[in-house]
This record gives sequence, C-alpha cells and structure tokens, in this order.
Amino acid sequence: MTSQSEHLSGGWRAWLLSSSPASRGQARLGRFYIAWLSFRSNYLAMLGLGIVLGLIVVAIFAPLIAPYDPNAQILVDRLQFFSWAHPFGTDDLGRDIFSRIIYGSRLTLYIVILVAIIAAPIGLLVGTSAGYFGGWVDAVLMRITDIFLAFPKLVLALALVAALGPGIENAIIAIAITSWPPYARIARAETLTIRNSDFISAVRLQGAGRARIIWSHIVPLCTSSLIVRVTLDMAGIILIAAGLGFLGLGAQPPLPEWGAMISAGRKVLLNQWWVATVPGIAIFIVSLGFNLLGDGLRDVLDPKSGGQG
Amino acid sequence: MSDRAMSDKPLLAVEDLKVRFPTRKGVVEAVRGISFSLGREKLGIVGESGSGKSMTGRAILRLVSRPGIVTAKRMEFDGIDLQRASEAQMRTIRGQRISMVMQDPKFSLNPVMRVGEQIAEAYRTHQKVRPAEAKKRALEMLAAVRIRDPERVYRAYPHEVSGGMGQRIMIAMMLIPDPDLLIADEPTSALDVTVQLQVLAILDDLVTQRGMGLIFISHDLNLVASFCDRVVIMYAGHIMEICDAKNLAAAKHPYTRGLLNCLPKIDGDGGDLPVLRRDPAWMEQGI
Amino acid sequence: MSAHPGKAMIEVEKLNVIFGQSEDRVHAVRDVSFQVPEGATFGLVGESGSGKSTVLRALSGLNPEWTGQMTVAGQTLGPKRDKAFYKLAQMVFQDPYGSLHPRHTVDRILMEPLAIHRLDDPENRIERVLGEVGLGPDFRFRYPHQLSGGQRQRVAIARALILEPRILLLDEPTSALDVSVQAEVLNLLQRLKKERGLTYILVSHDLSVVAHMCDDLAVMNHGAVVEELAVAQLKRHEPKHPYTRQLMVASLGYDRAAVDRFEDFGVESGAPGRGDETTLPPAVESEHNRGP
Repeated sequence: MTSQSEHLSGGWRAWLLSSSPASRGQARLGRFYIAWLSFRSNYLAMLGLGIVLGLIVVAIFAPLIAPYDPNAQILVDRLQFFSWAHPFGTDDLGRDIFSRIIYGSRLTLYIVILVAIIAAPIGLLVGTSAGYFGGWVDAVLMRITDIFLAFPKLVLALALVAALGPGIENAIIAIAITSWPPYARIARAETLTIRNSDFISAVRLQGAGRARIIWSHIVPLCTSSLIVRVTLDMAGIILIAAGLGFLGLGAQPPLPEWGAMISAGRKVLLNQWWVATVPGIAIFIVSLGFNLLGDGLRDVLDPKSGGQG
Repeated sequence: MSDRAMSDKPLLAVEDLKVRFPTRKGVVEAVRGISFSLGREKLGIVGESGSGKSMTGRAILRLVSRPGIVTAKRMEFDGIDLQRASEAQMRTIRGQRISMVMQDPKFSLNPVMRVGEQIAEAYRTHQKVRPAEAKKRALEMLAAVRIRDPERVYRAYPHEVSGGMGQRIMIAMMLIPDPDLLIADEPTSALDVTVQLQVLAILDDLVTQRGMGLIFISHDLNLVASFCDRVVIMYAGHIMEICDAKNLAAAKHPYTRGLLNCLPKIDGDGGDLPVLRRDPAWMEQGI
Repeated sequence: MSAHPGKAMIEVEKLNVIFGQSEDRVHAVRDVSFQVPEGATFGLVGESGSGKSTVLRALSGLNPEWTGQMTVAGQTLGPKRDKAFYKLAQMVFQDPYGSLHPRHTVDRILMEPLAIHRLDDPENRIERVLGEVGLGPDFRFRYPHQLSGGQRQRVAIARALILEPRILLLDEPTSALDVSVQAEVLNLLQRLKKERGLTYILVSHDLSVVAHMCDDLAVMNHGAVVEELAVAQLKRHEPKHPYTRQLMVASLGYDRAAVDRFEDFGVESGAPGRGDETTLPPAVESEHNRGP
C-alpha cells in the first residue's frame, strides 16, 4: 500500500517537476509546485497559512461549529465566566461569546477580502498607468495618490464613514479608499524598472498596443510584490475595521464584529475582562497569521530575496 | 622578468581542489578535483560559463559562500596551508598577500565614497599609517596605473569615472598593499577592446615590475593566450589541458582544439563555423 | 564588392540622434548614412558609445527622436511605425536573459506576435519556427529560467522570425554567449538567411564576427561613421582609417608593443554639440564613455 502511494506520489512529483512540460497547464502547475516546496520549508509561514486557513474554515462552517445563535440573548446568564456551557463566557446581554467570535470571523473575512478586491486593482491600474505613460499622466496620478497618502488612514476612514453613514459596507468602502495608494506606488516603481527591458521593447516591436503591454506584460510582474503587500496589509485592515467598529461607525449592533465586541465590553472591562479581551485576542491571532503568511510569501515570491525572478 | 621568479618552490600549489554545493536536487559539483601550480608568472584559466573557473579563484581565497564546500588534498601559498589557516590568518592574507580584482568596477567600488578614500582605506587596512601617508601612497598608485590627473581622480566618485578608469582604480586598490599574488576574475570583460588592452598593459607592467604571480581568469581564449605565460583550460569543473601560451595552436585536447576552431576569424572564409562537439567523457575526468 | 542587384532594401541618409537638452546634450549619432541591398548583411562596428545600437533603435522605431531620412523597402519612415513595418523588420536583442518575459512560457512568447497580428494556424507556426531554430517540442512550455543562454537566444530568433519578416536587425546577438554557443547561433543565422532570403543589419563590437557574417561594414566612433568598406577589403588588410586599423590590431589579441601605439580617437567633425565625453572636468583623462 505504501509502495503504491509512494509510486503514485513519485509520478505526480516527476510530472510537476518535469523540465519539459507538455502543456501550458503543466508548466504553470510546475511553477506553483516549486514555489510551494520553497514555502513549505518555512515553519512560521506555514503557521501563518494555517491560521488563515483556520479562519476561512471557521467562517465557512460557522453554523456547524457555533453552539449557540450569536444573537440569542439569555439575560439570566449575562456576564458569565468561562464554563463548559460557555467556553468563552457570555457578554452583557447574555450572548455566548464563543459563538459570536465564530460568526464574527465571517465579518472579518468579508471585510478583508472585499477591501483587497477593491483596493488592489485600483492601485495596480493607477500605478502601472502612471509608470508606463510617464509625463503628465504620471504627474497627475501620482499627485492624486499623494493626496490620499497624506491623510492618516484611520482619520480618512472616519471622515468617509461620517460622510457615508455608519455600516459595514460603508466601512469597507472607506477602508478600501484609504488602502490603494501604497499599491499604486509599488506598481509604479515596478513598472518604471520593467519599462525599459528588452522584452518590453520586443513586444513593442511586434506592434503591441499600450493596453496589451500593460495588462499582459507589466501587470504579471507586479503581482508578486502586490500580493505580499496586500497580505501584510490585511492585519492593518482588520485593525482599522475594528477601530471603526469600536467607535460605532463600522458594523452596527447586533452584528458580532470583533471591534464592536471590544467596544461593548469596555463598560465591564474591570470585572468581566473576558468580554473585551477575547475578541482582542482573536484579532491578534488573525493579524499575526496574515503577517506571517505575508512574510512567507515575500520570501518565496520576491526575486530580490531569492525567489523566482 | 624579475629575479624573484626562479625559485623551485611554487608560489601557489593546488592539488585535487573540489568545490561542491548541496542543493535540493542533489550535490552540484562546480570544481571536480583540479591540480595546478603557479610560480611568479602569469597563469590564465580559461573556460566557458559553468566551467568552474571563477569558483577556483574564490576557493583559493576562501570566498566561496555557504553552503559551498571546498576540499583539497593540498592548497599551499608560499608555505602557508590555506586550508588549515584560521579566519584571522586568512584576513591578513587577503588583500595583503593575495588580492583579487573582479569584473565590474561598478559593483566592486563603494558608490558613496570617493575613489581615493577607498584606495587609502585599502592601504590602511593592512598598514598602520597616518591618513596623510595613506593618501600619498594612494596618489602614487593612481599615477602608477597611468591616470593623468591623480588629484582629480582621487576626489571623484565611482559613477563619475568610465569603465576603463574604474578598473584601473580597482587595480590600484588591489595592488597598493603589494601582494605576491593577484587573482583577476574577468577583469576586462566589461570593457571595450582597446581599453581592455590598455588596462592589461598596465597589469602586465606592474606584475612584471613587482615579480608577482597573476592568475587571469577569462572566457576569452585568444586574449589569455596572448597575455599569459601558461594557460589552463577548464570544462565542467575539470582541467582539460595545461599548456604554454605560445604553444596553444599546437594544443592536443579536442576541447581546446574545438574552442580554437569555433572562433570566427577576420581572415576566415565565411563558411560554417565548426561546432564544438561535447564528448560526455570530458565530464567524467580531466587531467 | 558584393554583387546584390536591385534597389537598396534599407537606406539611411544623414541620420542624427541627440539625447538630452542643453548642457547634457549627447550627440549619439552624427550624420550617419549607408545603404543595404536586399539579401545582404551589413555590419555596424564600434566600441561602446559609438552609437551603433542607437542607429538600430532609431531604424526599428524604438527611438522616435531622430532627424534625417530612412527608407525601408521603398517606404520612407516617419517617427512612428505601423503594423506592416513590424511584419517587415524584426529585431534580435543582445541580452538573452533580458529579452524574454520571465513569466511567459516559450509558447506564450511565440504566440504573442501571432495574436497581435491575428495570424491563422498558430499551433503549426509555433512548432515550425521552433524546429527551424533547432529547438524541439520539449522546449515549448518551458520558462526562460529553464533555458540556457544559447537556447534563449534561439527563442528570441524564433520570435523574430515568426512574423516572417524580410529584414532582421541584430543587436550584438552573440556578445553575451559562450564562444561555442556563439558559433552555433552564427551558423543558425547564416542558414536562416540563405533559406529565407533575409537582409541583415548586424551590430557588433567584435570585428571577427562582423568579418565572418557581413558583406559590407561601417565603422563607427563617437556617433559618426569613420569608414565604410567591404569585408573583402577588410580581409585584405586594406582599411584606410587609423581607427579601423587600430580596431583590427586590437582584435588580434594582446601585444604589448602595439598597445603603446594606441591613440585616443576623439570626436571627428566640427559638428555642433559636445560629443559623449565623460562628465569629468577636462583635466581628467577622458575615455570612451559607455553611452547608450
């Protein structure tokens, strides 16, 4: 049995590592496999990946994992300490904290993914255009970027949410708007480096239009640094969302958003410390997970630190 | 040739040198057991990329970075066992007794320090002298490498000098401690042809005047043959042949002959260049 | 002299390229004129900063800022090029490590020009051109970092050929390759030229490569053509200009006595604008600047 599975895994490995791939798919999978092998040897990165995967699993299977309805109030049992019935205790309205943490993971994931999906493409588009076209396009786009960068993130997010009104969707939009400038900077810097390469000259000499050059040739080379930066930023995004939630401007009650939970637990912090602390620990663990994952990805993807160029 | 030249003990003796790199896919052998010796003469090491010639130069100075492993039956410089020397001993040897000049001065010179100060610093590393004395010696060296206005160049930054001048500055820096052996790893490959030869002329004169030994590593067989006294030809980590430079045209090994034949020549006939046929047996052993 | 009847395939008349403005002006190409008949190989020889690559870049359309007149296959060229030009003339670059996109497979690299020009039957075209440059189907889905220098350069040549041009602009195509690989690539270029009846402009600093491949050549120094001659004259040691002679001597290898006789050939004509000298004050020894 073991020899058979060894033989099979040997077959897969050989196929992926083959030096003469027979199709585009095989070539791409082979590249990912080699990157994976390199990533796998970094224990901290694997820990980060584990935490993030754990977050995703918990979010997906929340209804199966959480023992209680996160919004069910049992006022008789309010402010209980850790017990078998309530592993993380109950909050001031008698809701089970453990279940609220579980369901809150969905909100955290929701926020982080949406912000990344909105901010990264905007930054990429602005940065590559500025870098490739140069001249006044570059000047205008970069001054706009500078304006957004000049504000501290939380202050700008606050202002936007105040204008748009509280709510989790508005918080996401606000955070996304404050997050894209660094990505534009990174993309522009990469584009400036790549722009004068021979392979770009070669494709210009084939008659490629500017849009094709940017999309097919420059953007793929920017994605590595961008992925790393976005992953590292996710911790910050979580914290800003938590901050907005803490101030009552993000997710509105009764949503079990972790920041809002910390805020609600402030009132009873001295005697029932767990109400505020447990969501804080959850934020800490998830932020740490994203940071470790981002570090690990950088080691694998960044050509300067020895990854694939 | 100076009279330091003819002593019967070689300046550098290398026997069965091996450089190996353990990688995920197995052990990569960059140098597979080569032996040669060097007196106070100009020895050229020629090979294509991947032949192990650069690694050989670095191995002598213990500059092969981890995870590379260097082993040899014998590696002796002027009576000193280079393998058993401590790191402190190696530091006194490097620069002062054995120096190394590398290919691109852009990457070897500190871009934020004036050129003259770098040369003076190289001098003060091995000699305890006052800064004024070091500056005087640096200016002397700049004049020795035939730079017309040493004062001006002393104050220049690396990006302000051309390639050829940068390489002369490197030579000045490496020769100021008056070493016995100079290892030059493709020192002129990044330069234009006429500048290349001018820089080599300076090297030639200095090496002869001081009775130094020179190891000249290059991929350019013709250049090495016209510049050096003896030539070592490497392929895939082995030495294929060692011969006197003036007898290169009569070389016997098929690899050497192949390399010589596949070069285009000005008075060639323009027909197909004979292509080097690589015999797999060459990978297995050399001399 | 080479016998190639018919009108010139490429005509360059008084080409001038100036980079930068006012104080930092570099007159990279000065009044360069030459003609290349169809089916011939024309060499541009010079050291770095001589402007030889700049001529090629202006011809190909990569550098739109030039003055003078250039005609290719009877069409006068303006600052920009159209798609029809790219099907007529293609370029092979010097650095095999920089001229292929690091994240694209060979297949993708070859597919790109076909997609841009909407040519039919891409699969067959790719397979055929790979075969012509001596790479089998094994190489089709490799990434550039999985290829050796010589293989990359073959891919670059395949990419240039896949649009079936009539002219190849070769910018030091073998300078970065090992000598044995250079021989293979030069043989390949000769074979392709015969099979497809191509016209080449070959830029190189290596006089022996130019003598081997070309019919006629122009020697450039500091942006200007100092001498134009047929390769046959070169082989008979008939160059007249001292700079050409010096290059010939230098290409033979190291000769201590000859080095002493080397001269520094500065800017030739009294053309306006400074040449590409170093930025050091004049008292410092000025040498050939490593220009564009």
